[in-house]
Amino acid sequence: MKLHKISTAGLMILTLVACNKSVSNRTANIAALTPGSEDINAGGWQTVLLTRPDTFAVAAPAATNSTAYIADLNEIKGYQHSLTSDQEATIKYWSAGGVLRWNEILRGLVAKYNLPPYQNADGSYPIPSSANPFAYPQYPFANPPYAARAYAYIAAAQYDALVACWHYKTLYNRPAPYTVDSTIQAKVPKTTLPAYPSEAAVLAGVTAEMMKLLFPDEIANIQQLAQQHELSVIMSGAAARSDVTAGEALGRQIADVFIARGRTDNTSKAVGTQAQWTNLQTIAINNGQIPWYSLETPQRPPMLPFFSLVKPFLFDSATVASFRPGPPPSTGSDTLKQDAQEVYNIVKSPASGNMKIVQFWADGAGTYTPPGHWNAIAAEDFITQNFSEVRWARNLALLNMAEMDAAIVCWDIKYFYFNPRPTQMNPAIKTLTGIPNFPSYVSGHSVFSSAAATILSHILPQNQAKYQAMASQAAESRLMGGIHYRVDCEVGLTVGANVGNYAVTRAEGDGAE
Amino acid sequence: MHLLNFTKRTLIAAFTLFWVHPPGATAQTDIDAIMMNKNNFCVGGTYGNNSWKNYWEGTFKRNNLNLGTVSTKTFGLMGNYGITDKLNFLVGLPYVETHASAGTLHGQKGLQDLSMWLKWLALEQQIGSGTLSLYAIGGLSLPVSHYEPAFLPMSIGLHSTNLSGRVMADYQTGNFFVTASGTYTWRSDITIDQNSYYTTELYLTDKVYMPNMASYNVRAGYRSERLIAEAVFDQMYTLGGFDIRKNDMPFPSNKMNATTAGVNFKYTFKAVDGLSLVGGGDYTLAGRNVGQATAWDIGVFYILSFTHKGKKSSQGQKPAQPSSKTN
Repeated sequence: MKLHKISTAGLMILTLVACNKSVSNRTANIAALTPGSEDINAGGWQTVLLTRPDTFAVAAPAATNSTAYIADLNEIKGYQHSLTSDQEATIKYWSAGGVLRWNEILRGLVAKYNLPPYQNADGSYPIPSSANPFAYPQYPFANPPYAARAYAYIAAAQYDALVACWHYKTLYNRPAPYTVDSTIQAKVPKTTLPAYPSEAAVLAGVTAEMMKLLFPDEIANIQQLAQQHELSVIMSGAAARSDVTAGEALGRQIADVFIARGRTDNTSKAVGTQAQWTNLQTIAINNGQIPWYSLETPQRPPMLPFFSLVKPFLFDSATVASFRPGPPPSTGSDTLKQDAQEVYNIVKSPASGNMKIVQFWADGAGTYTPPGHWNAIAAEDFITQNFSEVRWARNLALLNMAEMDAAIVCWDIKYFYFNPRPTQMNPAIKTLTGIPNFPSYVSGHSVFSSAAATILSHILPQNQAKYQAMASQAAESRLMGGIHYRVDCEVGLTVGANVGNYAVTRAEGDGAE
Repeated sequence: MHLLNFTKRTLIAAFTLFWVHPPGATAQTDIDAIMMNKNNFCVGGTYGNNSWKNYWEGTFKRNNLNLGTVSTKTFGLMGNYGITDKLNFLVGLPYVETHASAGTLHGQKGLQDLSMWLKWLALEQQIGSGTLSLYAIGGLSLPVSHYEPAFLPMSIGLHSTNLSGRVMADYQTGNFFVTASGTYTWRSDITIDQNSYYTTELYLTDKVYMPNMASYNVRAGYRSERLIAEAVFDQMYTLGGFDIRKNDMPFPSNKMNATTAGVNFKYTFKAVDGLSLVGGGDYTLAGRNVGQATAWDIGVFYILSFTHKGKKSSQGQKPAQPSSKTN
């Protein structure tokens, strides 16, 4: 019967569709981290803020035959006696690498907080404030500069904390529980790396503590994850309670050094005041230029116009202005008219494939931002490299310090020239992605991407061509999207490479190579 | 009243375009109680316009001065073939263009999703003074171009492949009728041109899980050989999904719900046999993560009969009567 055939066909299609219904993260099921080298000498690597790896003392651990340690072992045996499938899953999740997982969690927080505030009834905009937790607008607005800074502070703090951790590991040389007691199973790949203090707990402690500075509304959520991370290594047989306790305390103390820097790094001055915003316009007008204005309705204050004041990691504040390129074409010039016309021509009837590229690199509101995108690119390549946790942290610290400093330098250039977007010069230019609420010259995506590609090419030279091609495409996507002139992208790539080279110089001298 | 009334509204709405276009009300063959007779083929074109200024961000109703009024134009091509008097095959393909009256976002345009249905008249029963008929309808839609689904609200569709199952009952007495139907729609995952996205958590993948949908539709009015005039009420639910965050943009897997009401007509010309004009309009009364749309559309349909060797049903041959609904 016809109907029978129809229903059979329908059922088959239905099954196909049903089978397709599983969405999981690319890194959800990756193997446990199995370092090619334990980087046992990492306690001697150059730290970012710590003056010495033993600035914060870690007491000598109890001997492995002490009653205290035997109690620790019994705790592990108790967990392993009846591990639930959820607990096994937790062990597996964190075994992929603590630096990786915390980086992913941070990217999620950035995406969660990367939303511009909704306007007030009178058309003004509320400014997020850390003094007003859990109220609207949420704090922070994790826009690209804020995000770059958050990634950098956490990555650098994790790195310093792990250098200190490695210092004490080699100093005290206490083995992992599964090595001490053969009845304890290793639920993760065995390693000869000393267990005291626990690197997982150092990471959990330092990261949880950093939330007090960066995402204060998330302290409770992150605290839960930190505890889960610590428990996972205890249940896995890789660390004893005393390894974890010492590690967490060390991590939190080192975070405090970074928090103290963060509270005085001039981020609080980055928003500015109405008088300062007006002054930026006045300066541009006095220079004979049409000043940038917000293309949002109602007009939104410029995004972090004084982020250039934030203290960089890789060079001093006085160096920031040295990255400034020459000016963009004058707003009254024929060159600028032609440049705007080029944007119009590209975006009027977008070439096939342009939308895909624009969308891929858009990384706008509600996403983990361009620095987050480069963290994703880096992390997924690092997974294949079997780096130790401390080398993971070092590499992400280099990347993210470059990204934060790229943000500082780029924002300096943007507000120094205060150059209008193409659509401001020619309202007929409609864009394939939202127009960011800050001046055009130079392109932030270009600076971020080029800085990232430069340091990543140093870390993984075999991927250099890939990273450079990605950076070029990210830059060009902004022209294709109609939100940047070509010159913004081209000059931005050069500026980004110059910033990235500072990270390369640091990498060459930090003792890890 | 042989024909078909086929407008884009369900072609699009029942399947994909909830943001741009919540499901409408105009009579259409996949959701009305009208069948083509065996070997008759009804073909037509429609034009539809849908626009909204206000929308619901979750449950918060707002406008957006950076979008102004978002409008969608749809040019649809549709056909309905009578495999038998009781089994019809329907097909539709819309070309869609979007536009925002304010702000800077670029409109999108392109061929959207190809939709097909099999519509089966399962039962006809005289009850009292009227006729009760029951239908089972299965639908499939698939995107036919690489449009970008995650550029809402400018996207022309959501890009999922959908299967739908619908049961429908119709009762007609004299020239009065009432039709009620319920639909369940399975939606495939979609792939977007991003390597991550945030819903209520960060997803590190380009695959997006699309929750299934359910809807019911009630329509009633006057139905004669020459004229159909009806009022329609439609309620659509997304079975899962998440709310747009405050001041964020919409996303394909949002929880898109809409309640719409509207009217439709279909007029079959005397002068040219087999030719009919359809039209209608509707309004979104309530919604969640959708625009509060006002929509209207108009279309022209013509029946070709392959019953006899002659090609045209209009040349002297009276189009077949629908197997139900004849008084």
